[in-house]
Amino acid sequence: MIRIITFLSTFLVFAFGSAYADPKKVGFIYIGPPGDHGWTYMHDVGRKYMESQLGDSITTTYLENIPENADAVRAIRKLADSGHDLIFTTSFNYMDQTHEVAKDFPDIKFEHATGYIQADNVATYSARFYEGRMIEGHIAGHMTETNTIGYIASFPIPEVVRGINAFYLAASKVNPDIKMKIIWVFTWYDPGKEADAANTLINQGADIIVQHTDTYAPCQAAQKAGVYAFGQASNQEEFCPDSHLTSIEDIWGPYYAERAKAIVDGTWSSGDTWDGMDKGMVVMSPYNTKLMPASLIQEAVNMEVGIKDGTIHPFTGPIYNQAGELVVPEGEVAPDGMLLGMNFYVQGIDGEVPQ
Amino acid sequence: MNFDLILGILQIVLIATTPLVFAGIGELVTEKSGVLNLGVEGMMLVGAVSAFIILVITGSYFLAFFVSIISGIIMSGLFAFLVLFLMSNQIATGLALTIFGIGLSSMLGKQYIGTPIDGLSPWFFVIFSFLIVFLVSYFFYKTKAGLILRAVGESHNSAHALGYSVITIRFLSILFGGSMCALAGSYISICYAPMWQEGMTAGRGWIALALVVFATWKPERVLIGAYIFGGVTILQMNLQALGLRFPGQFFSMAPYVATIIVLVLISSNKLRIKLSAPASLTLPFYKGR
Repeated sequence: MIRIITFLSTFLVFAFGSAYADPKKVGFIYIGPPGDHGWTYMHDVGRKYMESQLGDSITTTYLENIPENADAVRAIRKLADSGHDLIFTTSFNYMDQTHEVAKDFPDIKFEHATGYIQADNVATYSARFYEGRMIEGHIAGHMTETNTIGYIASFPIPEVVRGINAFYLAASKVNPDIKMKIIWVFTWYDPGKEADAANTLINQGADIIVQHTDTYAPCQAAQKAGVYAFGQASNQEEFCPDSHLTSIEDIWGPYYAERAKAIVDGTWSSGDTWDGMDKGMVVMSPYNTKLMPASLIQEAVNMEVGIKDGTIHPFTGPIYNQAGELVVPEGEVAPDGMLLGMNFYVQGIDGEVPQ
Repeated sequence: MNFDLILGILQIVLIATTPLVFAGIGELVTEKSGVLNLGVEGMMLVGAVSAFIILVITGSYFLAFFVSIISGIIMSGLFAFLVLFLMSNQIATGLALTIFGIGLSSMLGKQYIGTPIDGLSPWFFVIFSFLIVFLVSYFFYKTKAGLILRAVGESHNSAHALGYSVITIRFLSILFGGSMCALAGSYISICYAPMWQEGMTAGRGWIALALVVFATWKPERVLIGAYIFGGVTILQMNLQALGLRFPGQFFSMAPYVATIIVLVLISSNKLRIKLSAPASLTLPFYKGR
């Protein structure tokens, strides 16, 4: 209820600000506030980059804090109704809502982040964050002393499960004794709960905290407890300088600018984009030279190079699932289809993916 | 399971539950006087942001909490003025206060997002939260003033006929509720997760409101209820981290389900309703009658 009204009020503010019809209108639906210094923040950085690249030919609008339920339909519909030409829905669970609205507005183009279902006017795009998870896993395998990694996961969707697997495969390769403790918090955004999860993991012996949630609370908790942490989505070093090893940064700007340009030129077409480090969509934050040995930083940089030129793939066989079945044969890499629908843990991870 | 592990879990539970206790006990006092203030979440957010801003500007923890409590008093004073003097509907005004608080805190805090601060140790507030529950309980059941406050909440006309100022008592109760909610908010932004983020209370205000009903308007039960809610959340995290199969989704909704069950139980019997909910809750008081 409150969120509906928040978004309505946000909407009104923007509705008044966009009375001119000439420039193309680009709208964004955000899951959190642009100030989270994580996921939504990076989308907002991308939006601003797009504005700076395209200048007067576009205007942008965003609706923040839109929950992933029927409210999202109303929010997307509001943007569609108010004459937007291109609408980015920036969270996985906006999938059904995006398609529901897209059906009613065939002339409006939609872009659904991290989704896997396309339509004539719905494109999907995502970044290969798992490439970054592999590097984090490699670093963690070297840096851990308790051989216990604490992983704060948000929702059991393929994106998150893929990250866990990529991390574990790389970490267990350098350190076969490694144990993963995973807490699913079922929220993207709740600083208190994220801190609780981090403290719980640290209390159970984890000396490296990995997060797949949106705020820097886990990194702060790690700093306070004197253990290492990886940031999420943006460079979070300033909040936890003594524990931050690196972060995976999401760089959306060039993609957003390209897609908005296509709208302005009238050349937009649906499709699926899944870019990684090679296209600069996934970038590692500067490695922490105070905490990591130079040799390890060099290994990480070499890995980046390998991932960029395609010689290294995080999901290279042999990979087994928890039941011990071979899912990726030796010498092959997991096909994108498997990665996109990944809903199982690889062998070695305890517990099971919540259903 | 060893001793250190259990001690660690206990610490996390105490730290995580304290804001619920503050907000819950504040709202309880307000409701005992016969006023329902649904603005808890909004007041918590304004309290959180004002404490954070003052801490960044002055560097003084004392000033931060002081100003935060003042902000809670101002927010709830606004609410009190509307419902007590202008006789506006309490439910609608309370909801409006929450919406206002969310917007106001976002606006005030915009340029402070991502400012790093040094968090404060939570233990003073954890102890204080227990103390305040004890004091409120003592006040309600052992002092004359507490009896009068409860009388106002049960039957404002009778209290008025006896010569008590219903409006003054309700005004003060609302201000107390507001200051406790702001304290809960500032605890979150200074001790619990030292940062300012928009909407960072993440629904704890609503859980506090549910707590008061769950506690059937008894102070010590607010404390127990808060620790059940908080404890269950942390416990399920621990079970997950130990690799046990656990439906985390279920525990996210547990506080609300528990509240609905309590509501069903107490409303299944008319006498029980009379014994628990303040009889004049949400009723406006017209002095002339």
